[in-house]
Amino acid sequence: MMNNENELSQHFEITGGDFSKAGKTSTSIKEILQEIGIDPLIIVRMAIAAYEAEMNVVMYAQRGVLTLNITPEKLRLKLEDEGPGIENIDLAMQEGFSTATDEMREMGFGAGMGLPNIKKNADKFEISSTPGKGTSLNIIICLDKKG
Amino acid sequence: MDQYFHSIRIDTERCDGRMKCMRVCPTQAIRIRNGKSFIIEEKCIDCGECITVCPHNAIIPLTDPFGELTKFRHTVALPSPALYAQFGREILPEKILSGIKKLGFDDAFDLALTCGEVSFAIQEYLREYKGPKPLISNVCPTVVRLIQVRYPSLIDQIIPIDTPRELAAREIKKKKSKQLGLKEKEIGAFYLTPCPVKMISIKQPAEKGKSHIDGAISISDIYGPLLSAMESVEKGSYRKALENICILGIGWAIVGGICRTLRLKNSLAVSGLGEILKVFDDIERGKLRNIDFIEAYSCTEGCVGGSLTVENLYISYNKILKLIETLEFEQIKACPDIREVRKLYSQKYFFIDGKLEPRPLKPLDKDLAKAIKKRKEKDDIYESLPKIDCGACGAPTCLTFAEDVVKGEAELTNCIFNLPQRFTDLSQELSELLNKFTFLSQTKSHTKKTSKKGKGIK
Repeated sequence: MMNNENELSQHFEITGGDFSKAGKTSTSIKEILQEIGIDPLIIVRMAIAAYEAEMNVVMYAQRGVLTLNITPEKLRLKLEDEGPGIENIDLAMQEGFSTATDEMREMGFGAGMGLPNIKKNADKFEISSTPGKGTSLNIIICLDKKG
Repeated sequence: MDQYFHSIRIDTERCDGRMKCMRVCPTQAIRIRNGKSFIIEEKCIDCGECITVCPHNAIIPLTDPFGELTKFRHTVALPSPALYAQFGREILPEKILSGIKKLGFDDAFDLALTCGEVSFAIQEYLREYKGPKPLISNVCPTVVRLIQVRYPSLIDQIIPIDTPRELAAREIKKKKSKQLGLKEKEIGAFYLTPCPVKMISIKQPAEKGKSHIDGAISISDIYGPLLSAMESVEKGSYRKALENICILGIGWAIVGGICRTLRLKNSLAVSGLGEILKVFDDIERGKLRNIDFIEAYSCTEGCVGGSLTVENLYISYNKILKLIETLEFEQIKACPDIREVRKLYSQKYFFIDGKLEPRPLKPLDKDLAKAIKKRKEKDDIYESLPKIDCGACGAPTCLTFAEDVVKGEAELTNCIFNLPQRFTDLSQELSELLNKFTFLSQTKSHTKKTSKKGKGIK
């Protein structure tokens, strides 16, 4: 990873199963973007993508690291988690598909909108997974060239 | 718009920089500079938390003095329904309104009735609304400002129905000017306010239009005189007074009052800024899409918790709640006619003029590349700080201090934990200087000696 001075990189560690802190990371990400002066509509897209990514770790994985990279051209969010991985990615990308438990659904999660929602809000979205090991996501949102 | 009007002023004579306000401020808008509190205008949302905690009453809400009444030929008081909660259970709105008239107002208008109409209008709006949910009540100006500053993406979810106080003032002026043959500007409408933020919503409405209200008088200022004025009000029939209370409107004084009296099933009622932040974060994440309506008040328990009220907020909350229960039990429904409201609604009677615009905080820099660089510097500075948020530097947290330094508004040396380092640096500088000096003086004395030798002693 190039570390030039126009690039801001921030890591966030997420613990699986810790619902009490769920959402903290995406809030921090939103605050960073606000401070830098990113367009509010783009902030919302990134905050939603970050929240869904974060919740996937909280609900299914043991731990994960979210990395936010900001350059004047684009926002990139990378997620690497250690967890069960996804058996069938095509299936997981379908709206409404979820492996959430009843308890999770009870809490309002697991509507099967997570990954599709990330994809919808991203300009570029990549997912790869090794069952039994973990999943990685790569989310890119481009920034308009504005004054 | 760079200039913001705020309803709060700091009296620098009284302020001795105790930092209580700085610590309690939910938007980190207060700094201590040169031993006095200082408000960063851009960040302030006028919630009034600082007023309540100041031990010296050095934070002054800018409400209007009573004398303002003389500027008008006819004056009308519009008490917030929170005023009804300030007195004992036997004292009902009717008596309070008569008391107000004895204080020098030409008339006193019961806002609860307009609140009731607006409740119905909200119901109509909810029914036909198709956009993203939940809709958010605009009754608390602090909440509206919070959304403008911190949640700009939620701005279109704020209900565009005007507040009862504005609608009532607008209509009263129309009616009175016809009745009395006066110009509208000769009629003064004064809101009796439970909090300072209503003052700014009058002086500088968030929608940038013009307010129909001419001034706000603090409930705490009027409380004493009103209490004695009510002593001479003749005792009327309790039952009759009860029958004049609009159940839909009285609930506006407390959090949850609108939802409860309208019997909205899919709604939430939130109060207290900390709680509101959590709920709004959830809305932004799309978590509350199945909720129709959110009633949010910056003060705990709603307007009865305003910083300019007198009675303990739980007692006043309870008074309103009991009143609602009594009216429900007695099946008293002194409400506006819903058909009439629907007619007015279709004529756009209730809608706000002007549009709410976001008011996001200034970024670290206008240039994105520079802003990114500054943000990195901020992280580096923060890492070098003790992170105990002692406040001695004049900023509420180490993080805000780091931000101030990056923005050039504070010096790194303001942090007392940098003092030892500064001493070390200074002492090193000093010893270096000293070394230099002794070296210089040595070589000097050496040359002197040699020259002395040459010239001999005088």
